[in-house]
Amino acid sequence: MNSVRTIVEVSERIPETPSTVTLRFSYAPSATPGQFVMVWLPGDDELPMSLSYTGDPKGVTIKAMGATSRHFLSVEPGALVGIRGPYGNSFDLAPRRILVVGGGSGTAVLAPAAEAAARNGSRLVAALGATTERELLFVERMGRIAETVRVATDDGTAGHAGFVTDLVGPILGQGPFDAVWTCGPEVMMRKVISAAEARAVPVVCSMERHMKCALGMCDACALGPYHVCVDGPVFPAERLRNVPEFATSKRESSGRRVRL
Amino acid sequence: MADLRVTVAGLSLRNPLLLASGIWGESGASLRGAFEAGAGGVVTKSIGSEPRDGYPNPTIETYERWGMLNAMGLPNPGIDEYPREIAQALSAGAPVVGSIFGHDADEFARLAARIEATGVHAVELNLSCPHAEGVGSEVGQDPARVAEITRAVKAAVRVPVIAKITPNHADPASLAAAAESAGADAVSAINTVRGMAIDVRLRRPVLAHGTGGLSGPAIKPVGLACVWQAFERVKIPVIGVGGITSAEDVLEYVLAGARAVEVGTAVAFEGIGVFGRIAAELARRLDQLGVARLEELVGAAHGAAPPPRTPGGGQGYIPTSV
Repeated sequence: MNSVRTIVEVSERIPETPSTVTLRFSYAPSATPGQFVMVWLPGDDELPMSLSYTGDPKGVTIKAMGATSRHFLSVEPGALVGIRGPYGNSFDLAPRRILVVGGGSGTAVLAPAAEAAARNGSRLVAALGATTERELLFVERMGRIAETVRVATDDGTAGHAGFVTDLVGPILGQGPFDAVWTCGPEVMMRKVISAAEARAVPVVCSMERHMKCALGMCDACALGPYHVCVDGPVFPAERLRNVPEFATSKRESSGRRVRL
Repeated sequence: MADLRVTVAGLSLRNPLLLASGIWGESGASLRGAFEAGAGGVVTKSIGSEPRDGYPNPTIETYERWGMLNAMGLPNPGIDEYPREIAQALSAGAPVVGSIFGHDADEFARLAARIEATGVHAVELNLSCPHAEGVGSEVGQDPARVAEITRAVKAAVRVPVIAKITPNHADPASLAAAAESAGADAVSAINTVRGMAIDVRLRRPVLAHGTGGLSGPAIKPVGLACVWQAFERVKIPVIGVGGITSAEDVLEYVLAGARAVEVGTAVAFEGIGVFGRIAAELARRLDQLGVARLEELVGAAHGAAPPPRTPGGGQGYIPTSV
C-alpha cells in the first residue's frame, strides 16, 4: 500500500484544451494504466486523479470542474504537490481488438491504457467526444496508436455532430471487437454499454466518485457494494449491472445521495 | 470449536468484532457488506442533525502499517437521509449500533430518538471525536456533561446506550464512571488519540484541519490502559477499541476487560476480509488455549499475581516503591 504521501515538484505543465491541463512529475512507485493517485495542492484540497502517464515522469490531466481543479490548472513547473498512491485496479490488457470510447476528460485514463495495449500488440479504434472541437482531448496521442480515431462534438465543430455514443454501434458493426473501454459521464457510459451489449462485446468502465481516504475505509466513494478506490476504478460492466446508483446518483461529500 | 458469541449492551453478537464507527458506515450497502464479511455487528458513521461535508482533504495521513491520522470532520448525510442506509444493514440481519453526535444533551436526545426509530439495536454516543468543534470530545471532556448527555439519551430511548469515551483526558475512566452513573448500558473506549503531522518541506500541517486523531496499532497500548482502568471503575460492560489487527490484540483487550471490540483502521490496511480472518484466528487461538468460551476471559488479567521479586533486585520485577 503506497499510502505515505510524497511531496514532488511539478516538472512540466502542458495545456491540452482550454479547460484541461496535464502536469508531469517524477514519482517513483510503479503504476499500471487505470490506476489513480491522490494529488494534494498544498493550501487547497487533495483530489483523486487517474494517471494519464504511468511511466516516468508520471502525469495527471486535470479538467476545470470545481474550485480546486481550477486552481490545479494554474500550477506552474517547480510547484510542489503531494502525491500518494497509486491506488485501485487497472485495465486488463488481454483483449486483442479494443474500441476505446472517451468522453471529455475521460480520455485521460484511456490514453495510457490504450498505449499499453498497443505495445502489447492489440489493435485499437478510438471514438472521442467533447462539447466542441477545442475540448477534444488526446486526439493526436490516440492517433499515434489507433488504426482509426473518430470524433464527435456536441456543437458539430469537429467530426460527428452529436454524442460520441452515436458512433459506437456503427464502429462495432464494422468488425469484431473483444472489448470496449470507456470513461466519461456515466450516462454516456451506460449508452456505450447498451450499444456494446447489443453486439455481445464486453465493456469495461473507469468510474469516478468523490474520494477522501482512497484506502477503502471512509466510505466516501461507496458505489453499491463497492468502493471505487479499492474495488475500482476500473469495472467490467457486468459488475455495475446491479448497482442502482450507476448513471443515476452519486454521493456528496456528506455521503448524501444526489441524482446525477 | 471455541464459542465466540458475546452479549454486550443487549446485543447478541456471533463474535466480538464490531465494525467501528466512521469506517464503511456512510452507506447501507457497506454496513451490510461488513456484516457479510464476518463482523459480529456494525456501528454506523456518527450521524448529526444536518448533512455535513466534513473537512477538505487531506483528511488522512498514514504511517506505513502502524498508524493513521485522520481529520474527516464527521461527514455524514444527516438524520433525515440516513434511515434508508440503516434499513439496508438491518435487512441483512446485522446487529446495528447507531452512532450519533450532537452539541448538547437536547440534540443528542433528539437524534437518539430518531435513530432508534430506524430499528437500530443500540445507540453509541460519540463523546470523543477529537477534531470537530463543539461536538465529540469537546462535549465529552467533562464528566458532568457526559452524565447529562447520557441521562437525556437514556430518557429518550429504550434501546441500550453506549458512551464512547475519549482517551484525550487525564482520567478517561472518570468519563466511563460518569456515563455509568447516568445509566449508560456500556462504554466503548477509545476513540482516536489527538495528533498531527507536519510536512517539513512545505512547513505546514498536512491535514487540512491541522490536528486529527491517531488510530491503528500505535494506539493499542493507550486503548488497553483505558479499557483496563474503565473495567476497574465501572460495572457496565466495556467495548475495547484501538489498534486491533489480530486475534492476539482482541484477547489482550478481552483480558483487560472488554466484552466486545471495535475494528476500524485495520480495514484500510487489510480490507474488509479482516473480520473473517480475525474471527477464524480467534477461534483457533482459544482452542489452543483450551478456552471454551471467549466470555470466560473478560477481565481475566485483573487480579493476576504480580511477577515474583527477583532476590537482590536488579532484574525482573522492579517494585514501584523502593
